[in-house]
Amino acid sequence: MVSLALDSLGATDSARPNRLAADVIPAAWDEAARRGAGTVRFENVSKTYRSAGGEVRALDDVSLDVPSGAIFGIIGRSGAGKSTLLRTVNRLEEPTSGRVLVDGEPIEALRTVGLVALRRRIGMIFQHFNLLSAKTVRQNVALPLKVAGIRPAEIARRVDEVLRLVGLEGKADTYPSRLSGGQKQRVGVARALVSDPEILLCDEATSALDPETTLSILGLLRDINRRLGLTIILITHEMSVIREVCTDVLVLEAGRVAESGPVWRVFGAPEHPATRALLAPLTRDVPDELAQRLLPHPVPGAQAVLRITYSGRSAPDLSALVAATGGTVRLLQAGVERIQGHAVGRMLIAAEGTEAEARLRAIGETVEGIGYVAADD
Amino acid sequence: MSPQMIDRLWQAAFDTIFMVGVSAGIAVLAGIPLALFLVTSGPNGIFPAPRANRLVGVVVNGFRAVPFIVLLVALIPFTRLVVGTTIGVWAAIVPLAVSATPFFARIAEVSLREVDPGLVEAAQSIGCRRRHILLHVLLPEALPGIVGGFTITIVSMIGASAVAGAVGAGGLGDVAIRYGYQRFDTTVMSVVIAILIVLVCLVQFTGDSVVRRLRAR
Repeated sequence: MVSLALDSLGATDSARPNRLAADVIPAAWDEAARRGAGTVRFENVSKTYRSAGGEVRALDDVSLDVPSGAIFGIIGRSGAGKSTLLRTVNRLEEPTSGRVLVDGEPIEALRTVGLVALRRRIGMIFQHFNLLSAKTVRQNVALPLKVAGIRPAEIARRVDEVLRLVGLEGKADTYPSRLSGGQKQRVGVARALVSDPEILLCDEATSALDPETTLSILGLLRDINRRLGLTIILITHEMSVIREVCTDVLVLEAGRVAESGPVWRVFGAPEHPATRALLAPLTRDVPDELAQRLLPHPVPGAQAVLRITYSGRSAPDLSALVAATGGTVRLLQAGVERIQGHAVGRMLIAAEGTEAEARLRAIGETVEGIGYVAADD
Repeated sequence: MSPQMIDRLWQAAFDTIFMVGVSAGIAVLAGIPLALFLVTSGPNGIFPAPRANRLVGVVVNGFRAVPFIVLLVALIPFTRLVVGTTIGVWAAIVPLAVSATPFFARIAEVSLREVDPGLVEAAQSIGCRRRHILLHVLLPEALPGIVGGFTITIVSMIGASAVAGAVGAGGLGDVAIRYGYQRFDTTVMSVVIAILIVLVCLVQFTGDSVVRRLRAR
């Protein structure tokens, strides 16, 4: 059984929302009323599909906690079970075994009324937006309130509010077919937020969008996470999306939990092969032309090529590097980012002297010697 | 043509429009619920009832398999029960409606099936109950296709109504058969056909323009 307590792992650095009392947020979205709301716990969740070709195990004993206020990313290859896992939260999918708890309450026994009430606390946005083409933007966003029997005046007020929040004030009476992809997804976000949910589920919400629009939607998600303090669970197959907005990440592989934890840690020191494979597009390895000229053993006048890996709180101290090696240090390649206050990435240097590797290790760097190159290269 | 014949044609045109209009209205009222049932009661539908679904499907196919002229005669006892007579316009309306309802239901069913399942899922995720899904998702999203199917239904009903003369219901088809065909009156035949063409074109044009307006959203 894989059991993870992300709550404790992420407590020190997951960006806790500081709920701003912005003018668009009604009194109902009061901090005190919402503190601690929006947690999800998966307990040994498994899902098996039966088809003509036999059984398919989409989820295999997944256990995990999503803390309140997190932006929780689920990543994995196609068919890893991401979508299935996400859909168990609002019971668009029923687990074959195991259970899901929302705010500590198991949801599997809910009947129609309870299920509808649960779904009103959980917003969801989709890859293909899933807006009703026969209704205007306003009617689409109003639908969750309308079917909940809210008074028309109240509906109009709330719809205007969320449309302002997502930046679509002027588009209320337009039909979705006249909007761009990014605008459609903003309508999707508005529809998901209009019932004031505690949790927002995002099912590949940016996969159908171009990179620029993706960034603007991710910015919107981060913004509403901070301002409204809601928990966001998003699934994606793009590592860059996780890096951009998430506080915690779960890597799914063939229906099982491969790895999970705060983004800086999983990205800084990926342990599972599946994570490494997913990270590969973001990771710069030794360039081919350099790899071809690497010598396995030191020759006179050669420099050691060292890879230094960063996955900690402190940023690389360049002067300490130079001082420790006691000679020439050339920077061959570097990619160091800051994720949640942690320096994460790798640096490739060429350093003089055969003891450079040991010296750097002595000052606490994570060093790996990968070969030697001629000094004048 | 004599003035009597012109009167007769006017009356026949009115009868055809009346017969087709009333039975088309019934076909919509009965056909849409039938189509919704066929779509939503399948094994993966929102009101799953696979056995009833199969049964209703067979009944619908049965009615569709019977030629209209046979149905007209076979339904005579039922027609008498419903409208109290077996001759005249009302006696034709009953079999016309009975024949058009499953036809229209199958066409509407196709449009309803084409509604993206993602929309139903989205509706469920925002807390819609099943009746909300029928009312706010399935029907409005399928409406252009349903209107298009209704147009086709009316046109084919205009054709079927020609047979209604067999129960003395009159109508354009009846005039064409009795005067144009049996008495070799080519003029009457041509006029009737011209009126039918105009009628069908009008229906098709109206239906198409409604569909276009709905799709333009």
